[in-house]
Amino acid sequence: MNVIEVQGLHKSYADTKAVDGIDLTISKGEIFALLGPNGAGKTTTVEILEGFRKADSGSISVLGFDPAKRGVQSRIWRNRIGIVLQSTADAGDLTVFETLSHFAKYYSAARDVEEVINSVGLDEKRGALIRTLSGGQRRRLDVGLGIIGSPELLFLDEPTTGFDPEARRAFWALIQSLREGGTTILLTTHYLDEAEALADRVAVITRGKILEVSTPTQLGGRASAQARVQWKSNGVIQEELSDNPTEVVRRLAAQFPDEIPELQVLRPSLEDIYLSMIGEK
Amino acid sequence: MSAHKSLPTTIALGVARGGLEIRQFMRQRESVVFTLAFPIILLAIFGSVFKTTLAEGVTFSQYFVAGMIASGLVNTGFQQLAIIIPMEREFGSLKRLRGTPMHVASYFIGKSILVFVSMTIQVILLLAAGIIFFGVELPTNPYKWLTFTWLIILGSAASTALGIAFAAVPKSGRGASAVVSPVVIILQFFSGVFFVFTDLPGWMQQVAAIFPLKWMTQGMRSVFLPDSFAAREVAGSWETERTFVILLAWLIAGIFFAVRTFKWSRD
Repeated sequence: MNVIEVQGLHKSYADTKAVDGIDLTISKGEIFALLGPNGAGKTTTVEILEGFRKADSGSISVLGFDPAKRGVQSRIWRNRIGIVLQSTADAGDLTVFETLSHFAKYYSAARDVEEVINSVGLDEKRGALIRTLSGGQRRRLDVGLGIIGSPELLFLDEPTTGFDPEARRAFWALIQSLREGGTTILLTTHYLDEAEALADRVAVITRGKILEVSTPTQLGGRASAQARVQWKSNGVIQEELSDNPTEVVRRLAAQFPDEIPELQVLRPSLEDIYLSMIGEK
Repeated sequence: MSAHKSLPTTIALGVARGGLEIRQFMRQRESVVFTLAFPIILLAIFGSVFKTTLAEGVTFSQYFVAGMIASGLVNTGFQQLAIIIPMEREFGSLKRLRGTPMHVASYFIGKSILVFVSMTIQVILLLAAGIIFFGVELPTNPYKWLTFTWLIILGSAASTALGIAFAAVPKSGRGASAVVSPVVIILQFFSGVFFVFTDLPGWMQQVAAIFPLKWMTQGMRSVFLPDSFAAREVAGSWETERTFVILLAWLIAGIFFAVRTFKWSRD
């Protein structure tokens, strides 16, 4: 069963078309990443799916429900989803534990508070007031609040902005453990390595339209793109583009008696592909 | 998953939110000092400046305590909420709540509990300071205590609803105080909190009569001043029934607009 099904989604503000005909299908247990520059329509799309905004037109089903609907059914639906917004900056006069155990009361099947604190790595900050937390720690609390209701579907809007590399790795491990638990995740991110590490599929979106939906390894013909073979010869870096880099390496191996100096075989990174897709290169 | 297990009730979550709101309130030293100590400071200033006696057994402090309790209703409810809610909206904490299964009514109930509890503490402290330092006398007639009780409950409920409704007006959290505070201060002057109401110009009295604060102060005067003083009111009586009806009407209007205009996020 598909967790998210969107067809012909449109949304305009004044004269600008923020979302201009998006189709999207996300199946159960998938981690799906939306990539795109600022103003591409990522946040608008996600906020429509979260029920924060109303679409101008299009058919939308999230867990079999139209997010624009209100009333009791909407509350039952919200009980099944988790949302991590881009940023929240409360006054912070509550502790980590108080905040999580309060939010746990909103849901019919909340996760154990201590277990959530542990899984977002805030054990040492359990009794600390939120205002004393660092940016990364606050973000982890945001994620904790997003997963406290044991959601079937989790929205993550740029979850690791402002994280140091170590915190990001820890965060990725947390997301992977959620996937193992069967949670479907819709992620927006600026970090291509994050999408590559986490996502089963990615969609690139610019000017309100989806350019391509693919796996991170195959996006933009990445898997079949020519590889660059680099080495040093007579003190100068040489480079050769090839469909068969192994052939090139074999040839070089015959040329050089020992090590091939500074040998590298490079394939385009997700970032290279992405930048060329959105027209930055 | 235990999808069979039902969601918690709106009332239960409202009470839980009330507890959380009070806890947050108590941890914000500025708000505690402003809400709880400021009325006592004002009473000290006015009680020291105006040593006059308005009538037999009615000191200015006695008259002023009635006005301070009434404006406490406006300060803890209307003013506090119309400033804090735009900030919560700007910080994104309202949007986060919007993303949960919690009903908006639970949020409103939580705010009402916060206002009622902080109002009760404020009244106790103010009356204690008034009795100890300024010779304020408490009513002995049980009927007056009954009036006092419904004035506090109805007054803080109306003030809460109007505060939530007015919170839609300020454009930003930072600017909220500049929009809300002048409204409250002008109302206080017009409604006879700082001066004897009948000494004010007629047009001011008429403007004040539209708004709830005038009726709250008049109601509190009926509690704290002797009945002989009623003859000196504009209508020559306390107009208790009329006060009840007008405050109830403001409560209903407040709830209507609070529900209509409440916004979870800025756009």
